[in-house]
Amino acid sequence: MGYTNLAYVFAAILFILGIKKLSSPKTARKGNTIASIGMLIAIIATVVSFELLDFKLIVIGMIIGSIIGATFAIHVEMTQMPQMVAIFNGFGGGASALVASAEYFNKFGTVDQTTFLTATITLSVFVGTLTFTGSFIAFGKLQGFISGKPVVFPGQQAINGLLALALVVMGVSVSIGGGQDMNMFYGVLIVAAILGITMTIPIGGADMPVVISLLNSYSGVAAAATGFVLMNNGLIISGALVGASGLILTNIMCKGMNRSLANVIFGAVGLEQESLEGSGKQMKVKSTTTEEAAMILDAADKVIIVPGYGLAVAQAQHAIREVADLLESMGKKVLYAIHPVAGRMPGHMNVLLAEANVPYEQLKDLGDINPEFDDCDVAFVLGANDVVNPASRHDTSSPIYGMPILNVDKSRTVIVNKRTMNPGFAGIQNELFGFDNTVMVFGDAKEMLTTLYKDLKEL
Amino acid sequence: MDIINILTVFILAIFVGFEIITKVPPTLHTPLMSGSNAISGIAIVGAIISTKVGGEIGTWLGLVAVIFATINCVGGFMVTDRMLKMFKQK
Repeated sequence: MGYTNLAYVFAAILFILGIKKLSSPKTARKGNTIASIGMLIAIIATVVSFELLDFKLIVIGMIIGSIIGATFAIHVEMTQMPQMVAIFNGFGGGASALVASAEYFNKFGTVDQTTFLTATITLSVFVGTLTFTGSFIAFGKLQGFISGKPVVFPGQQAINGLLALALVVMGVSVSIGGGQDMNMFYGVLIVAAILGITMTIPIGGADMPVVISLLNSYSGVAAAATGFVLMNNGLIISGALVGASGLILTNIMCKGMNRSLANVIFGAVGLEQESLEGSGKQMKVKSTTTEEAAMILDAADKVIIVPGYGLAVAQAQHAIREVADLLESMGKKVLYAIHPVAGRMPGHMNVLLAEANVPYEQLKDLGDINPEFDDCDVAFVLGANDVVNPASRHDTSSPIYGMPILNVDKSRTVIVNKRTMNPGFAGIQNELFGFDNTVMVFGDAKEMLTTLYKDLKEL
Repeated sequence: MDIINILTVFILAIFVGFEIITKVPPTLHTPLMSGSNAISGIAIVGAIISTKVGGEIGTWLGLVAVIFATINCVGGFMVTDRMLKMFKQK
């Protein structure tokens, strides 16, 4: 047993080193390999040191799991990354809950079945099951199997509250009873599964980045709880790392959307009411052609591209990279400004642009890019809306007041491409579109960029 | 191992987690997520242990857990590698 625990500590060190190497795109790939070696060590150490294991079962399970996992990993589109991570979170949480359940049945009626053991099992089953069902709902919403709109019904929050209360009561009761009451245990399992569904179903598509991050954190918490069940350092350390990671990302996403976590989870109804208010204002916008946009870009020395999710929806990542390359070959400085919530999950837009061969040095996050707008000639906004709305700086009545935005309006000229004048997720009109230094080019991002590319060539 | 000991390990690991994860740039947040997802597949260790010959139900739950956790590990590390491969310098 001593050597096994040593191997787990070694695996945990490799996980930590692996994540450390993620601090730069240069070393990140090596970091991922290091972490996967850590996992291999943990698995081998477990297989060789525990007696009476059912090897045939383990090998069958691993082969099935590897085939499914590899198939997902090889075939997933980068735009589908959020779904993929959501469903993987679910499997992780599910695995933890299953291990804890197995331990419950294996130890049932023995002297080992202490209150501490039952309490940790209950916690693991609760968090793991909730992660499992919640993740599948999130997956369904992102994949379009379930409506992406918030599904709300009267008394929803009261029902969720009652379910949560029932869960706590049953959990405490099963633990104090030393796990003797098997029906109570099943109760925890079932209610946690229902709660996972009812807590995720009212959350709208735009809030999914928060939900995925949160479920990511839960899957870590579930693994750590299972570590307490098995008194296993390897699970506890790894679970804590993942839990912390998910929590940090959740926080970043909430800040990026100017919402509190409570508001995302319980606020589906409130958001819709807000969206009705601000849309009344009228403003004049200047619409222009791609030829004119090409001329404006031709006169610029420094161009900052601001991609929003609309760009990814239009599958225009490659088109914008071609335009950017052309601008660079004309001697202009080109950068990309990436808002934390530009994609459907943390860092999503960066992956989509990296896939289109945009070098990562050009991808700048909020803090780095905002000072760059001061001496920028053209900010080129593609399918982004709320994240470039200057109202967040001054309009205290706006739902996005205080939200960190990209200060595109500080540039000499702003070119905005949008399909229509429809407001963004926050449901408010963007005053930026009426500014004197803003021109709009309406149309599908991909078509517009293809024409713009031709126009730039013909100059 | 007593409870206080593993609680200490847990809390220290959370602090280490916060330290190293805040240093990951936003550019790499998606790979961070899929990679940490793969790490949460460490539940595979528990899954293997629960196939221990003994309880009938426990063994079968263990098998399903092995499948789930392997999906997590293999899929997570592979897709993270696929993404990180795309991050190129000029």
